[in-house]
Amino acid sequence: MKRFLAYTLALGLFAGPAAAQDKPVELLNVSYDIARELFAQINPAFIADWKAKTGQTVDVKQSHAGTSRQARAILEGLQADVVTFNQVLDVQILHDRGNLVAADWQKRLPNNASPYYSLPAFLVRKGNPKKVKDWSDLVRADVQSIFPNPKTSGNARYTYLAAYGFALEQNKGDQEKAKAFVKTLLGNVPVFDTGGRGSTTTFVEREIGDVLITFEAETNGIKREYGDKGFELVTPSVSLLAEFPVSVVDKVAERKGTQAVAKGYLDYLYSEAGQEILAKHFNRVHHPKVKEKYKAQFPDLRLITVEQVFGGWEKANKDHFAEGGILDQVFVKR
Amino acid sequence: MAHRIPAAGAMPKLLIGLGLLLTLGFIATPIFVIFEQAFSKGLAFYLASVQDPDTIHAVLLTLATTVVVVPINIVFGIAAAWAIAKFQFSGKKLLLTLLELPFSISPIVAGVIYLLLYGSQGLFGGWLESYGIRLMFSWPAIVLVTLFVTSPFVARELIPLMQVQGNDPEEAAATLGASGWQIFRRVTLPAIRWALLYGAVLCTARAIGEFGAVSVVSGNIRGETNTLPLQVELLYHDYNAVGAFAAASLLTVIAVITLLLKAVLERYQR
Repeated sequence: MKRFLAYTLALGLFAGPAAAQDKPVELLNVSYDIARELFAQINPAFIADWKAKTGQTVDVKQSHAGTSRQARAILEGLQADVVTFNQVLDVQILHDRGNLVAADWQKRLPNNASPYYSLPAFLVRKGNPKKVKDWSDLVRADVQSIFPNPKTSGNARYTYLAAYGFALEQNKGDQEKAKAFVKTLLGNVPVFDTGGRGSTTTFVEREIGDVLITFEAETNGIKREYGDKGFELVTPSVSLLAEFPVSVVDKVAERKGTQAVAKGYLDYLYSEAGQEILAKHFNRVHHPKVKEKYKAQFPDLRLITVEQVFGGWEKANKDHFAEGGILDQVFVKR
Repeated sequence: MAHRIPAAGAMPKLLIGLGLLLTLGFIATPIFVIFEQAFSKGLAFYLASVQDPDTIHAVLLTLATTVVVVPINIVFGIAAAWAIAKFQFSGKKLLLTLLELPFSISPIVAGVIYLLLYGSQGLFGGWLESYGIRLMFSWPAIVLVTLFVTSPFVARELIPLMQVQGNDPEEAAATLGASGWQIFRRVTLPAIRWALLYGAVLCTARAIGEFGAVSVVSGNIRGETNTLPLQVELLYHDYNAVGAFAAASLLTVIAVITLLLKAVLERYQR
């Protein structure tokens, strides 16, 4: 019985590729860890759109995990046709370390190859009892902030840099005052989880802290998910642009002959229909019509960029996050 | 009564009570919680969760992996135990140590080792790839690391038993003119079959539940390279706690079946 089962199962698994003739084209989208729901909606819409346009049937498979880990896996052979990440450097590394992606990948698509963007924003408890309005409130002694450890979480690095950029502006570029600002801010964090989901649990389930700081798209999602808790969104006056870079993994798509459909997939993210789905998931988009339609859900604020304030991600990493960098100087271990 | 210091007679009761309490607190309650959570949104939601195509695929993938891994490990385990217990040769200690290595290496390290060997930028990976062979982030990768992690179970179960049994029966068979295969089938195998089954059961349980090593080499492709333990984690991270517990309940049921099988075999043995 066991042997019979083994044969049937093994046959079933190996027969898969053999019957490839009338099987749909398979596309693997390797993505960041909290984008499952988003792509679960985008993929069927794209599949229908592509079928109508070209007559070709596509099947889109998804893989979600932290993007540094995903980039590593792609370098080691994970056959991703496209990547949809939340860290620019993790796409760049695919070029630098494995030449899997063309050098000019950021110029091939509009807006630095980032079809949508977001920013660190605040989520506060019902009625905003601590009256948190902006970054300056987060260094008050009576306010506890929750965000993950900037050492391990890309999400928290955005928060850290946004706060640092805010303090630089407030203090006319005084680095020492900005350092003191983030030091106080980090000192007001009672628990550092390793990732964004952990911090959400700390804030929502364990009910620790007054403000959760994470991407705006996330704060909206959490508010909707835990509707009964009455969380409120707070958009600070200024925040840091968080790009969501996408690219075809050229080497893989070439080998699999999926260049056209892979490009079509990314183009779809820029189309009106694609942008509408993105906006519905609280991501900010560039398409004028969609932007107009959803403008109520995206309060105005000023966005600074890593390029402007920190001289690009590479420099920011070196100055702030490398061993002995500014983060190490202000991050008091507890 | 309450103020009396427990006398010698109360000691066993106290210990039994403590054991029971710990069992309840640390084993029974968590298992109960899995099912309680899995059904917390009702039967319909539970059924929908376990019928999710990705979850079904994860179950099949996990079972298929087990079905491939366990027989290989049985053959490997018998061969290794046979060699170690019945023969004298130099390097035996080394072989024994090597055999136990997967026990002492963290599964996640095992996964990384395979990645460093067979990944595109790995020692053999690039060479294999030039022949169009890709092992990592696919089903074979999952089988390979599971094999590594579970390889000691059968052998470790057999070696002490075979050592105690000694070589006399085999030598007797040999003097009576039995061939090597006959000796194995008629003399050795019957003597070790219960230990063998027990080892196989342990190996099965571990193969089904393996998380760390598999998570490194799987690539997390939904509906393709996600095993059941990975699926549980993934659903949990998707805020789908009930779905995660539903998948976990499947894992638990498979585990319980395996252990029941073991219990039945043990009873049979006596």
